[in-house]
Amino acid sequence: MNKTLLLGALGVLVMLVGHGIGLFYAPPEAYMGDTGRILYVHVPTAWVGMLALTAAFAMAVGALWNGKAIWDSYMEASIEVGVVFSAMLLAQGSIWAKPTWNTWWTWDPRLTTSAIMVVAFIGVLLLRGAVHSPSRRMAFSAVATIIAFVDVPVVYFSVEWWETTHQGFSGRDNVDAVMRFPLLVSLAGTTLLGLAFIKARQRIAWARHLEEERAPDLPETPAPLSLPDPSNQKENLG
Amino acid sequence: MSPEQKRRGALLLSLMVGAAALGFLMFGSLGDNLVYYWSPTELIDAGTKAQGASIRLGGMVVPGSVVWDEGGKSLTFQVTDNENTVTVHNRGVPPEMFREGIGTVVEGTIDRAGVFQATRLLVSHNNEYRAPDQEDGHMDDPFKSVEGL
Repeated sequence: MNKTLLLGALGVLVMLVGHGIGLFYAPPEAYMGDTGRILYVHVPTAWVGMLALTAAFAMAVGALWNGKAIWDSYMEASIEVGVVFSAMLLAQGSIWAKPTWNTWWTWDPRLTTSAIMVVAFIGVLLLRGAVHSPSRRMAFSAVATIIAFVDVPVVYFSVEWWETTHQGFSGRDNVDAVMRFPLLVSLAGTTLLGLAFIKARQRIAWARHLEEERAPDLPETPAPLSLPDPSNQKENLG
Repeated sequence: MSPEQKRRGALLLSLMVGAAALGFLMFGSLGDNLVYYWSPTELIDAGTKAQGASIRLGGMVVPGSVVWDEGGKSLTFQVTDNENTVTVHNRGVPPEMFREGIGTVVEGTIDRAGVFQATRLLVSHNNEYRAPDQEDGHMDDPFKSVEGL
């Protein structure tokens, strides 16, 4: 039917294959047991969330550079998808932390900066909702996105820069091949799904842009109502 | 200024503010003040100042140091940063993941005897994801072809 739907369907399919291998074929983790399988969901969620927010940053730069509404529509879509995935990331992390770390939440640098990231971009979305004029909405939210984006590399490097409860970076050497394979498949599938979400959401934003162009804004301050002068009333009534 | 100049000015300004903020986080002294937990060395260096204060202590559980008190209601173990070691006493049952050699973060305070009285015990999983029974290696065999991924 349409390419976006196809991309999303492919993403779901690949993701489910990855999750299937992770759940039914890969062994339980040596120490965490079956709980460790949340890896196949958690890492792709983090990746797509941060990828979407990075895309939002790039769109914000484009929007401010050339002012075309197409950048704005992609920015809006990327922020929303980024916020949804990052919020899911916090929830999954919490679910994973309880059985492994023995707490739902702790103010560890990785967790704290991630929470700031979600709240900051929710703030950008609120700002978008509050500005009526399309050109000002684009400019304001692009500036806010660039500022909020500062936290994204901080989230990524937090495990390097500070002492954390959260584990540090894992690489090829830290993850057994039997677990790395389903992880990479899930990662690929979730990425396709995330891209499809962004494209689908951008269409909605673009449709609204066309509406706004067709029916431009009312003036910011409405002209004062002109009431008939009471002194003329008799005349008017004739 | 034309709208275009305004927009590009805003772009330049926000990129500069963003870069400055990131630079401050990376190279500013914030890193020294932002402390999630203390190491045994830092705790010992603080001396009597640390007594009674609410502290998080992080390190590795020294292998062979875990001793259960009678009745199994509390346990004592040692936490190390490979330089110094602090004895920790924890009431209550530790989480399932707790074991010798694992990373731990305990919340509580140090008493006058130099024993850390923990009220909360967290353990951290490291960045290793391993199949059980590494020696067998049979689970890895079907994946030899994707080893390079």
